Amino acid sequence: MHLFLSVLNRDLMLAIRRRRELANPLVFFIIIVSLFPLGVSPDKELLREIAPGVIWVTALLAMLMSMDTMFRSDYDDGSLEQLLLLPGPKIFLIGAKITAHWLSIGLPLVILAPVMALLLYFPSHAIVTLMITLLISTPILSLLGAVGVALTLSLRSGGILSSLLILPFYIPVLIFSTMAINAAADNLPVSGYYSLLGAFLIISVLLIPFAVVAALRVSYN
Amino acid sequence: MMQFIHKYGSPRYFYQWSAPWQFWLTVLSVILLAVGTYWGLVIAPPDYQMGDSYRILYIHAPSAWMSMFAYMVMAFSGIIALVWRIKVAEVVIGQCAIIGGSFTALALITGMLWGKPMWGAYWVWDARLTSELVLLFLYMGVLALYSAFEDPRTGAKAAAILSIVGVINIPIIHYSVEWWNTLHQGPTVTKLDKPSAHISMLIPLLIMFVGFKTYFFALLFARVRNGILFREKNASWVKEVLELKS
Repeated sequence: MHLFLSVLNRDLMLAIRRRRELANPLVFFIIIVSLFPLGVSPDKELLREIAPGVIWVTALLAMLMSMDTMFRSDYDDGSLEQLLLLPGPKIFLIGAKITAHWLSIGLPLVILAPVMALLLYFPSHAIVTLMITLLISTPILSLLGAVGVALTLSLRSGGILSSLLILPFYIPVLIFSTMAINAAADNLPVSGYYSLLGAFLIISVLLIPFAVVAALRVSYN
Repeated sequence: MMQFIHKYGSPRYFYQWSAPWQFWLTVLSVILLAVGTYWGLVIAPPDYQMGDSYRILYIHAPSAWMSMFAYMVMAFSGIIALVWRIKVAEVVIGQCAIIGGSFTALALITGMLWGKPMWGAYWVWDARLTSELVLLFLYMGVLALYSAFEDPRTGAKAAAILSIVGVINIPIIHYSVEWWNTLHQGPTVTKLDKPSAHISMLIPLLIMFVGFKTYFFALLFARVRNGILFREKNASWVKEVLELKS
């Protein structure tokens, strides 16, 4: 637990020191969402219809863009190797790094999403659902992304490859989240979707750190 | 058990014992595929609703089935490769990804060709088609990762981890896609998939299933043997084998 907290503390400190770099995925998110009215049509009804999908796909891409920051700089300067040499379970170390990534990218996205939803004329009573789905699901995205990054860490062009590996695994999250948002927009009950996403989150938290540790071992060979 | 795995998994011994298997599986698959194709395309009666166009089923269904089977074989050999570090299992992962991906592509293409006369469009966002497409993405990911590393052993291990993560995810993806589709589209399409087949149509289908399976293993043996020779090209036994052949 001590390991978890100190690594988390370190990573968050680093994130705050590099806040300009950190803002890039968020700016990316804003720009891409605002491209859709320009590219599709400024029609109110149409935008409202596609808003959940647009926001979700864009959030997903913004998360992917930022995945590389999770291990890359630590890998390049060798501190990740030193961290892995520490005694104690590696799971806490990995967990702390993923938590720090989520706190610095996922959480700001959750807060930013309602603003972008309003730009797309999304009905205000469904915005809470949008935020809750993002709140449950962005940690899953961080966790799954960590596997992809860890697997491709030792490759030079790892970024695009890790996106290719991980995107298919994002499909269930995307489906359930957008279905929940659409249901909320139609005033239908959404708690079932929350339960499914929650179940997915629990499974991911329990299993994925092991896969990440195994993947890092392979990367260090 | 351990001795057994290590013995049969050593590249040199595997190369020896797999030769007769490869030969007889090839013979068997050629016979079964020829019989099944003729029976399915010529002898079996036309469907009362779909006419003759249903006959693509005899290629489509077995290849869809094999696309999933190959993934299971790949993930299973991934576990073996990670736990016991068997070299042959590492080769199997890469070859399975190629063969399985081809079967997936074949299932998708035949499905699209079948969809045109049946649904009036080449592509429908049907649950089964969509999850087959996702499966193709997964195969492409495994293959890309497998070949991305300079050291083939590292690539094989990375691909093994990815395919194991994929195996846990495939049912989740499959059911989420199914649910997404049924709520959006209604069951007009899914009914077509399981026409309660008459026995005269079922027998050639079963022959094709077995034929595809033997073909898969014959191809896998051939490719893995080839891959072993390539990977062990500096070993003395490989040089002996190659000298014998030439």
